[in-house]
Amino acid sequence: MTARLLPFGDDPIKPAPPTPVTITVDGVPANGVAGQSLAGVILASGTLALRLTSAQGRPRGVFCGIGVCYDCLVEVNGQRDVRACQRRAADGDVVTTQHDRRPSGDAA
Amino acid sequence: MSRVLVNDVLVIGAGPAGLAAARAARERGASVTLLDSSDRLGGQFWRHLPDTRPSAAERILHHGWDTFRGLSDALESDSGCRIIRSAQVWAIETSPGGPGTVHVVVGEPDGVGRERLAFSPDAMILATGAHDRILPFPGWDLPGVFTGGAAQAFAKGERLAVGRRVIVAGAGPFLLPVAASLASTGSTVLGVFEANRAPALLRGWLPRPWQLLPAASKGVELAGYLAGHLRHRIPYRLGRMVVAAHGTDRVEAVTVASVAADWAPISGTGRTVEVDAVCVSHGFTPRLELAIAAGCALTADRFVGVDEGQQTSVPGVFAAGEITGIGGADLAMAEGLIAGHVAAGGAAADDQLRRAARRRRTFQGFARRIEVAHDIRPGWPQVLTADTIVCRCEEVSFGTLCATAESTRSRSLRALKLSTRAGLGICQGRVCGRSVEELLAARVGDGGLGDGVTTDRRPIAAPIRLGELAADHHGLGLTPDHHSPELPPHPTKGTK
Repeated sequence: MTARLLPFGDDPIKPAPPTPVTITVDGVPANGVAGQSLAGVILASGTLALRLTSAQGRPRGVFCGIGVCYDCLVEVNGQRDVRACQRRAADGDVVTTQHDRRPSGDAA
Repeated sequence: MSRVLVNDVLVIGAGPAGLAAARAARERGASVTLLDSSDRLGGQFWRHLPDTRPSAAERILHHGWDTFRGLSDALESDSGCRIIRSAQVWAIETSPGGPGTVHVVVGEPDGVGRERLAFSPDAMILATGAHDRILPFPGWDLPGVFTGGAAQAFAKGERLAVGRRVIVAGAGPFLLPVAASLASTGSTVLGVFEANRAPALLRGWLPRPWQLLPAASKGVELAGYLAGHLRHRIPYRLGRMVVAAHGTDRVEAVTVASVAADWAPISGTGRTVEVDAVCVSHGFTPRLELAIAAGCALTADRFVGVDEGQQTSVPGVFAAGEITGIGGADLAMAEGLIAGHVAAGGAAADDQLRRAARRRRTFQGFARRIEVAHDIRPGWPQVLTADTIVCRCEEVSFGTLCATAESTRSRSLRALKLSTRAGLGICQGRVCGRSVEELLAARVGDGGLGDGVTTDRRPIAAPIRLGELAADHHGLGLTPDHHSPELPPHPTKGTK
């Protein structure tokens, strides 16, 4: 485990109890709280790599967190190429990681 | 075409500069439309929790939180200000004699079938801000390597710490709030490593210290971060840099080494530290694409050029905040206030702007010191190896970049981008663009790149789906009756 949501009872900003949301990532459930980004829910579930790169098949994860780098693209409920850091998680969201290989015959 | 609304001001970006601009334009009686790509106001500086997570003491996470609440409450309750959230500007068309037409999609980020809108305002204020600049280093593409901005965004916007054992590295005062956010969200920050050495920092900070007095609020902000450092016992080290991140599928360790004054790593000084995340920032890159699309001239150091009234080279187009120079929220707000006032028909010399103009001068001085102290130094590329990825999207390595530059002998950035594919991926060179320019310019030798092209130009400012592009759009601004019913009503004229 790495990334972690600060437990609301420990948070000095005195939050109200949050509403839980559950999404699935490649079929595996991940829990977060309402209002979190998909990226935040996925990170806190222990998954860092969100996709494999096209040329070298290397894992990539969240990098800039503010919608600039497009490294965190995932498929959400059948919509491709959604920045996981920009989309808020909705209960029941089905996230599928993307691995877009280059077309065969392409010099790689 | 005759204009229906003579006092229609469009503000793009709802961070400190945009909020101050919208408010000032309203104070002067203009009807205002405020756009932001996020569904929250405040920009990156005041990024905060969503309404679904109310917290009694959220203000302790922020500087100037009461100012933010004051601005956003005033605008949200003002019938003369239409706020459109989740509004992504994807293009600006210039038009002779006016600020041009702004094309927008509104809806879920990267959604399908978002609503298309087009605005033709009488005046436009660009307050698009900046994002972190991160210099490439071996392993920076591994999951677990984050920008400083990412750590901040997750801490302030979600209360999520991106790692348990974290190192913060790079250059600039922004490293301090990043470390503070991480520590207060539950991370153990093993160290903050600033690449610059004490002499560089002193050159920036020490001369004419009395000039800093009016910027005391800035000092208080920094002192607050330093106090947090002491409380959390975070080591702050100068003249050190993360020179490599290690791991197979995720970052497991980093090597921190001493660097010379020009940031060239000193061999034999590396020390490897086990981490599960590393947060890096080497300063900020202004988000210039909309200003360039609007036709605004840039300064020699590549910010949007503005006059005393924050007007750009294009009549009716104003700019405020980080796109006119990296200077922080106080400077952004002073500039925004001036821009809003002048865009709504006021004059830069008006008495009401005296205080804002004085604050602008003060904080510009502060910004110059930061630049002198923390600016990127030319020895950084020595950290690169042949297989270090430089362009993350297209996976172009430093070795490929060098080999192509040498074999083609091209001096054209456009040609070199096409032959290497560096900067042509989906982020459109936002992450690597300036590093690619710098590396190629160094390879081609004397005279540098000769085609006058930069990586800042992006005519399509954000990806838009083909279905959305094909859909019809609603025109707003010229014909206020035609706006879509789901949007807030068009603002009324006159002061509230």
